[in-house]
Amino acid sequence: MTVGISVDIHEKQYLGHAGAKSVTALHNLQACVAPSEFCVITGPSGCGKTTLLNIIAGLDRDFAGTVHFEPIPAPKIGYVFQNPRLLPWRTVRENIALVLPHHGTSAKLDALLAEIGLADAADVYPTRLSGGMARRAALARAFAIAPDLLLMDEPFLSLDAAAADRLRGLLLRLVSTRPATVLFVTHDLTEAVQLADRILVLSQAPGRVLAEMPITLPRSERRDPDTFSRLRAELSRLADHPVARRSDDSGGYPSLG
Amino acid sequence: MTQEGLRARFLVSFAGRAASLFSLLAVWQATAWLAHSRLFPGAGAVLATLVEDATHGDLLHHLGATLARVAVAFALAMTIGTTVGIAMARSRAIDTLLDSGVVLLLNLPALVIAVLLYVWLGLTEAAAIGAVTLSKLPAVVVTMREGARTLDRDLADMAKSFQLGGWRTFRHVVLPQLAPFFLVASRTGLALIWKIVLVVELLGRPDGIGYAIQVFFQLFDVRRLIAYALAFVAVVLAIEWGVLQPLERRLTRWRR
Repeated sequence: MTVGISVDIHEKQYLGHAGAKSVTALHNLQACVAPSEFCVITGPSGCGKTTLLNIIAGLDRDFAGTVHFEPIPAPKIGYVFQNPRLLPWRTVRENIALVLPHHGTSAKLDALLAEIGLADAADVYPTRLSGGMARRAALARAFAIAPDLLLMDEPFLSLDAAAADRLRGLLLRLVSTRPATVLFVTHDLTEAVQLADRILVLSQAPGRVLAEMPITLPRSERRDPDTFSRLRAELSRLADHPVARRSDDSGGYPSLG
Repeated sequence: MTQEGLRARFLVSFAGRAASLFSLLAVWQATAWLAHSRLFPGAGAVLATLVEDATHGDLLHHLGATLARVAVAFALAMTIGTTVGIAMARSRAIDTLLDSGVVLLLNLPALVIAVLLYVWLGLTEAAAIGAVTLSKLPAVVVTMREGARTLDRDLADMAKSFQLGGWRTFRHVVLPQLAPFFLVASRTGLALIWKIVLVVELLGRPDGIGYAIQVFFQLFDVRRLIAYALAFVAVVLAIEWGVLQPLERRLTRWRR
């Protein structure tokens, strides 16, 4: 079952050690994500995007504010980190089997590996994988647990354009057959426009939501070059010259498309 | 690496080892021949004594006693040292509490520890093994603490977000990161422990290689002295080649 999320973070600070100043990473950040929504979060680097994901994942509990999940209070979360974070001493298959609650699901696991294009690399150690394959393995691990919520932190960073494009296609196929709410962090506006149902633009640190841009146009129609550049220009305008944030849909940013 | 490649590499390393061992024996035999003294027996005479005492003498009895002490002290030092080392890395309070004790033990000569324990506990097995364990313990603690301090936070976060739970995280995420440190501690530990065991046996035990060495020293029986020492070195080398190195290859297989 996919979940909706409501986040209300009053403040998130990183305490300075040994005389260093404390840094406020997030301040007055409110956001809601609907069940099954593909929500892309973008913003300048250092604006607290990763911090936000870690808070939602429950990895960081040291903040003032609340995170609520509906209707399941503790959803299954698949996290795809910026680096694949595979255990180098376990093969790809072992890495994925490890996160499954019980072993003995090997047929299902094999099917998933095949679907993600890892069938031939299943028994390889991660140090032997290319960047793209390692990212596929991280993706497979996140999907293996049948997540209610997928958190993705620039998962296709530092791949060449073609490889990143193939993985985005793969991700959309996987999400279409395995419904999950997705929170996808990227600073790549092209990627944001390709993937999102809705884009949240965060401000410079301390991060808060500056603007949001829903995209109702089906993803296949976004491929048209004119439409695509229009959407991208719109997003770019929001990111560079944010207007005061509007939370109601009626008078907010037009749903493009 | 392929099976053939592994086999070829094994053969090359085996040939290299044999050549190095052979040249050592040749130098030894030549020196003995030049010295021509009862106090510098040749390799042949020593090996003959070794075989003779192993089949008809007390060598195996003494060797067994020493090996048992090494095994118990090694197991104790590794278990306690690993536990304490990890605890010190994880808790600042425990680290502060135990740090001066570790530094003290690290700098206290094994001989002093052995004499003190013999004085306090009598010439007992417990005192002997306790002295050896305490001599090795601080080095294990320091090595394992260093290892536990370098644990990867990113992998810990991964384990937490996928809810691996305590045991699976320890078994699959933490232990493999500590394995190289554990191997280093084992290697240096074995080499150190068997030397200290001999001192402890010499001071206050009625059996073991250390005791035998003392007897041969009083008799000026250099041939047996070297033969007994070599028997023990052979066992330690067998453990190194037969246990530690295969274990290391198994644990670092993923690096290749």
